[in-house]
Amino acid sequence: MIDSRIIKRLQAVVGKQYVLNKESDLITFEYDGSVDRSQPTVVVLPKSTNEISELMKIASTAEIAIVARGAGTGLSGGAIAEQGGILLSLTRMNQILEIDPENQIAVVEPGVVNLELTQAVSKFDLYYAPDPSSQQACTIGGNIAENSGGPHCLAYGVTTNHVLGIEVVDADGEISWYGGRTREHPGYDLRGIMIGSEGTLSIVTKAILRLSRRPESVKTLLAIYQDLDQASAAVSAVISSGIVPAAMEMMDDLAIKAAEPAVNAGYPENAGAVLLVEVEGLAELVEEDVADIEKVMSKYNPLEIRTAKTELDRTKLWAGRKGALSALGRLAPNYYLIDGTIPPSKLVEVMSKIKEISAEYNVPIANVLHAGDGNLHPAILFDERNDKETKIAFEIGGIILKLCVDAGGALSGEHGIGIEKRELMPYMFNNDDLDSMSKLKTVFDKKSLLNPGKIFPDKAESATTTFSQSSSVSNTGTGAYI
Amino acid sequence: MNDINTNSKNKVKVDSILKGFPFSNPPLEEDLYKCVHCGFCLQACPTYVQTGLETESPRGRIALMKGVIEGRLTMNNDVIDHWDMCIQCRACEDVCPSGVPYGNLIEKTMSQVSKSRKTSILTKVVNWLLLRRILTDQIILSGLVGTMRIYQKTGMHKLVSVLKVLHLIPGNLGSLHDSMPRISDKFFSADGQTYHPFGEPKKTVGLLSGCIMPLINGPEMRSAIRVLTRNGVKVVVPKEQGCCGAIHSHVGDLVKARDMARRNIDAFLSKDIDAVLSSSAGCSTRMKEYGELLKDDEVYIDKAKQLEYKVKDINEFLYELPIDPPKGRLESNVTYQDPCHLAHTQKIRSQPRELLKLIPGLNLIEMRNSDRCCGAGGTYVITQHKMSLNLMDDKMKTIEETGAQIVTTGNPGCWMQMNQGTQKTNMSVEVKYVTDLLDASYQAERIQNEPETEGTSFNESAWEEERLELRSQWEKRPGDRRKRRDR
Ligand SMILES: Cc1cc2nc3c(=O)[nH]c(=O)nc-3n(C[C@H](O)[C@H](O)[C@H](O)COP(=O)(O)OP(=O)(O)OC[C@H]3O[C@@H](n4cnc5c(N)ncnc54)[C@H](O)[C@@H]3O)c2cc1C
Ligand code: SF4
Ligand code: SF4
Repeated sequence: MIDSRIIKRLQAVVGKQYVLNKESDLITFEYDGSVDRSQPTVVVLPKSTNEISELMKIASTAEIAIVARGAGTGLSGGAIAEQGGILLSLTRMNQILEIDPENQIAVVEPGVVNLELTQAVSKFDLYYAPDPSSQQACTIGGNIAENSGGPHCLAYGVTTNHVLGIEVVDADGEISWYGGRTREHPGYDLRGIMIGSEGTLSIVTKAILRLSRRPESVKTLLAIYQDLDQASAAVSAVISSGIVPAAMEMMDDLAIKAAEPAVNAGYPENAGAVLLVEVEGLAELVEEDVADIEKVMSKYNPLEIRTAKTELDRTKLWAGRKGALSALGRLAPNYYLIDGTIPPSKLVEVMSKIKEISAEYNVPIANVLHAGDGNLHPAILFDERNDKETKIAFEIGGIILKLCVDAGGALSGEHGIGIEKRELMPYMFNNDDLDSMSKLKTVFDKKSLLNPGKIFPDKAESATTTFSQSSSVSNTGTGAYI
Repeated sequence: MNDINTNSKNKVKVDSILKGFPFSNPPLEEDLYKCVHCGFCLQACPTYVQTGLETESPRGRIALMKGVIEGRLTMNNDVIDHWDMCIQCRACEDVCPSGVPYGNLIEKTMSQVSKSRKTSILTKVVNWLLLRRILTDQIILSGLVGTMRIYQKTGMHKLVSVLKVLHLIPGNLGSLHDSMPRISDKFFSADGQTYHPFGEPKKTVGLLSGCIMPLINGPEMRSAIRVLTRNGVKVVVPKEQGCCGAIHSHVGDLVKARDMARRNIDAFLSKDIDAVLSSSAGCSTRMKEYGELLKDDEVYIDKAKQLEYKVKDINEFLYELPIDPPKGRLESNVTYQDPCHLAHTQKIRSQPRELLKLIPGLNLIEMRNSDRCCGAGGTYVITQHKMSLNLMDDKMKTIEETGAQIVTTGNPGCWMQMNQGTQKTNMSVEVKYVTDLLDASYQAERIQNEPETEGTSFNESAWEEERLELRSQWEKRPGDRRKRRDR
């Protein structure tokens, strides 16, 4: 059980009310947006970098695991304290410290919510470009840890392209800055290494972010197709034609069925798939691009191509897309969301295989994807209260991810490896690769206290091992909630 | 490694025998499992935004309900505290893509809580008196409020303020004193009266008078009625009606809430009316959900649905009517605070704003987070006084930012809370219902037509007298033998 002396020391750093360890507290910190669950031993909510540094020192001497948590919207179990220990909830560090409109920079604490930053800088006609669908809830700290993407990252790049510098605290409590206010920094790009490290190397305590100027003109199209194949083919064709839309998203029939009642965006419920395409930039160029895109998409027999007439239309179309994953809760109690990537040219092939798998196992799979950059999000629907369904869902997940890797893609586009996909790492990396990665971790975290157990497979297995089920099932055992 | 890392508690196991909630009619498991813990509701939740704590978030509260259903938690005080902290503003439900019926979940949960709560005999008696006797009986209520009026008028409350400063009054009573509304000089009462428009009525509506509104908002209710009659609407106020039951469901007394629902269903369905109106967002929400409340009542379920269909918020009704655009100028900057129970539960956001925009001279300035709860929420002001004050302070700041001279809303709870806020912060901002401003504009219209009268200020009693005079002329017209009472 927990050592009361340590609790006292934690309380001395952050104040008594910000150290939570009652049963009723812990149960609300056992989950994130994924399907895994596990309780921390204690939740601590610091208010400053210095407090975090103090906490790290305590944890380091006592050898206690520390897991950072933003808003807990992660989809790979990253913020779950699987081995117990301290859960460092960063929601109290939510101040925007500086907005510098002239240099298009914002300095923020890690608990700032993605969308709130955009809202705060909108008066300067600026915005923060990475826009994960969860942007109304997820934090900048979580975005940095997962190197998150979003629909508009097709044109503007993912989080790492928008973070100029970060302040971090490592496992020994040492505070450092990597990167800074300017674009380029000499020496190794340690900033780059931290971004996407899923809270396993350091805790991000401040970030200097690049803001973007709102484009002059925006056009949003909704192309409706009878079936998924045609929609997929249209995406591949648009991308290979060399036009780069700001966003190019796809939803299949099941996703539409879930999202439409949630937002009444006007998605036709009988369609096989819809494409949501956005073009931004100078007004003239936008018109040209829209015409070109329409021409290409028309070749694949769309039922209809609509243009959003008003800002409200546009907002609704996006609300439907961004709410689509959560809306799957209308169809089933749980979804296991896959985040594999493939080259866009392989879309038709891989998507039809996914449909085949769904039919073969008789398990519904909804598809919501950042189609333009080949980031798939098949969501396997199941009920966590049914062991068999759960097991099959994870089995299918493994099969689909392998499909992605075999097609020349990767295990994760933006949600990270976390707990969920770690056993599949050997399928993509050989032992040497994995070794180098663990060595890097040791540089910042000698005792392996920062988010232990994440990313790396339990023991490095060879790439040929057949994958049967995710560790989250095997580790928790039967009868357990995962 | 320290044993803190390896304790066996952290692997989440579920008992094979589910313990669950102790009483019948618990929150439904299938509704709880609609929550996919995506967190989309977090930033909509006022208590989460204030505290940054998952335990004070919708997702956290749902997790606690799941915990109890799964038998991993018992309904102890630690758990209950987090549900108690919920204002039931239902902002979370409004933004949840997954369609989690949070309002229904928390209502059923609070019903479990209220049955199991270990409270002192005194609290039980007070609750019983307040919820079962006083709130349901207008006569007792007006007597009591009359006493409160005397208390405020005689300066007694100043004495209490002093005693409070000297800490001679216990905390809870002190906060009750703080949140006591300004008692209106003119009550309204539901006596079965009818208000007629000039000429043949376009529509006939029944008016829910409610429990608190007639006592604190008498003049405001009359304004609303004038706006209705001015627009050709006949208003009947059935005598048999009672409190809508919202306060009862809020604290988990669903038995009494159902009683009140049945009473109102009978009162209104027996009248030949096109719609049932309420000026209180909380009441219209409650009434629009009578079907869910009475879904196990075979006798009443169909009638409940019938009534639900007729219930409208007054702003919604006036907007759809549509009203004659008022022509009297009201030169003022105004902002609008979305009552939770209009915006989140009834999705009524644009209608009150469109009505305000009809008034010439009035300049509508939007405030930040206009639909974030002001902290009123039924008995919340008393039970969670500190949180309620924090939310009120935030609301006052956002109102101040707009520079508006008037803040409008559509619910007596918000009205009281913001009145208290303006007093506390010494802000010179008036709190009004949308219908107050429509009425004032119709009034100003008349004044503008009489060039010798100066200004646009509105004299309520003169208007009332004139109206009564016109009324009696109308009633004296030949052939009208219907008996009417007017006040
Ligand atoms: C419905 C839905 C839609 C989503 N859509 C997208 C999408 O379009 N694109 C996308 O990329 N993701 C998406 N996500 C996934 C998720 O929202 C992102 O991964 C997000 O960045 C997580 O942020 P968070 O604040 O919730 O982090 P958490 O879930 O709390 O944590 C995620 C990881 O970050 C670490 N972490 C958090 N804060 C810090 C810090 N300050 N320092 C170090 N490590 C930290 C945690 O330890 C954990 O490993 C979606 C999720 C949901 C539920
Ligand atoms: S938005 Fe809905 S599904 Fe998502 S966490 Fe909140 S209640 Fe659950
Ligand atoms: S009803 Fe309001 S206070 Fe309660 S959980 Fe939902 S958003 Fe929060």
